[in-house]
Amino acid sequence: MPPHPGRVTIDGMPEAATAPLVEPRPPRKLYRSSDGRWLGGVARGLAGHLGLPVIWVRLVFVGLFMADGLGALLYAAFWFFVPLGVGGVGGQRSPSLVSTETSPDGRRRLVARRPDKGQIVALLLMVVVAMVFVGNVNVGNGAKAYLWPVVLVGAGVALVWRQADNARRARWVEVGRRRRTLTLLRAAGGVLLVTAGVSGVFVLQGSAAHLGSVLQAALAVLVGITLLAGPYLVRMTQDLSEERLMRIRAQERAEVAAHVHDSVLHTLTLIQRNAENANEVRRLARAQERDLRTWLYKPEGTGKDEADEPTDLADAVRRNAAEVEDKHGVPIEVVVVGDCPLDERTGAQMQAAREAMVNAAKYGGEGGAVQVYAEVEGRTVFVSVRDRGPGFDFDSIPADRMGVRESIIGRMERHGGTARLRAVPGGGTEVELEMERAEKTS
Amino acid sequence: MSDPTEANTDPVEPTQAGGAGERHVRVVLVDDHRMFRTGVQAEIGRTEETGVEVVGEAADVDQAVTVITATRPEVVLLDVHLPGGGGVEVLRRCAPLMADAERPVRFLALSVSDAAEDVIGVIRGGARGYVTKTITGTDLVDSVFRVQEGDAVFSPRLAGFVLDAFASTDAPPVDEDMDRLTQREREVLRLIARGYAYKEIAKQLFISVKTVESHVSAVLRKLQLSNRHELTRWATARRLV
Repeated sequence: MPPHPGRVTIDGMPEAATAPLVEPRPPRKLYRSSDGRWLGGVARGLAGHLGLPVIWVRLVFVGLFMADGLGALLYAAFWFFVPLGVGGVGGQRSPSLVSTETSPDGRRRLVARRPDKGQIVALLLMVVVAMVFVGNVNVGNGAKAYLWPVVLVGAGVALVWRQADNARRARWVEVGRRRRTLTLLRAAGGVLLVTAGVSGVFVLQGSAAHLGSVLQAALAVLVGITLLAGPYLVRMTQDLSEERLMRIRAQERAEVAAHVHDSVLHTLTLIQRNAENANEVRRLARAQERDLRTWLYKPEGTGKDEADEPTDLADAVRRNAAEVEDKHGVPIEVVVVGDCPLDERTGAQMQAAREAMVNAAKYGGEGGAVQVYAEVEGRTVFVSVRDRGPGFDFDSIPADRMGVRESIIGRMERHGGTARLRAVPGGGTEVELEMERAEKTS
Repeated sequence: MSDPTEANTDPVEPTQAGGAGERHVRVVLVDDHRMFRTGVQAEIGRTEETGVEVVGEAADVDQAVTVITATRPEVVLLDVHLPGGGGVEVLRRCAPLMADAERPVRFLALSVSDAAEDVIGVIRGGARGYVTKTITGTDLVDSVFRVQEGDAVFSPRLAGFVLDAFASTDAPPVDEDMDRLTQREREVLRLIARGYAYKEIAKQLFISVKTVESHVSAVLRKLQLSNRHELTRWATARRLV
């Protein structure tokens, strides 16, 4: 086939359309590991980033911790600045428990989550160890009075920070589980610890009398900091939300482009190839129109068929109509009022309706679109299929033609429904199918 | 009455007596696709045959309001999706023209979409009918005249939506029944949804076409009163509002 001018655009499309959808290789970026972490996931994340065993990193941190608590400071800094992500080394843990996939918004997320119990134990253990350690090292100093409050504050803050991480993780994983009480408990525990620690400072210092002035001073400092940092914070949040908006838009556009490419452009190519075959062109255009319409106007917006058997009446009617339309190339307009789950009787009615549609498309199709109307009213399901063809005389059908007699009327009657055929004023045939729904099983 | 375009409408009618009977209607096309406007123009705009005279075209909301105000057509064929706020915005800004007792401008929505939110939106905005772009030329001409005469035009799809809307409001208390459809209106709607033409419905129900049309208009009136809480709830449940 000679190269077609239109093909340039069409073939050029896939890269542009699908490229944003394919996940780009994640840049090698430092994340805190959210799985298998003890405290903030810093050591694990770092280990994953550097390709070292976790235990080494942890040991280094502990070692630095000995050096006047430098390790703790470093750890805190990492915790604060490095975003939580998935990474780290999964050596010790069974990898099947935790895996990642790309969520619809393009971010990596966790698929499975492990219980947090071990981590809480680890956290408490570390706090105890730190307390013992600090208690041993700093014995005899005046700072001893502050030790417990500081430890308490540290533990509380750690708890709350972990909490924030968990909240974020929960958003990725979108776990709607009943974990609220636990979350609340944890947050409350953290706040309690911090409060206890802070008030401990005051009590131990014996300066409860100065509480008022201390609070005032603290407030003044806070206000000052807010004034200084406020504009930056505002700018930052604005930038962030703008960036997020842009990303959402870009993704939306990519998705539309991908869909247009997958369906519309392909159909157009097919139409170009079949330009002489008017019926085929019409069929393709109808099918594409229906597809695009579903995609555009369905609330869910995905437009992807579940591809399994329909369970609802409305769905069944539409699908039958679509299939008949595709097969016979006659437009079928469907109006459905109400909906109900399909049962054995209405299922039979659907088959009869389908047969009626096929008949209408075959014999009455040249008069224009076939109209299908289905209504669920109370327990009754009514389906009407009408065409604007020449119409036909029921008595003149030879007895050996089974289509109408068996597939429509017979089938309906066997299942306890009624079928009527009648000539429509102004030409055409209408098949009316009425069926009571089966009694509810529940 | 000082409208300059007035001059060429009144004398036209008698001279049209040959082609399309006595019918004549001035129409403005609002659609952002030029090709589509051209197509409609070619399809229905042959004034001698159809009686439809396209007096103006517009591609977005601002243009539409300007053109409609300037030409004062009898019927506006209005696309639902338009740059600048959509058909609903045009309806909102043309509300005074619609309310004009002497020379009301009437709107017929003509859209490729038959999604419920689009349909309900423009009907609540005051459009007198809703047809989809797959309609044939003859049917469109017919619909335009029907709208010109103050009647409502429902596509089968729209009739289905309305039935659906009111079906779920069946149970509520008696004092609401002003808003609900009468048995007859429901019957008429059902036949429309089944693809019957107004003429066929009249024959079927042994009533006159005028009666059918008045039933349909009543339905439209009730649909515009859709701020009733059931309908609101219905619409909310389907994310239409």
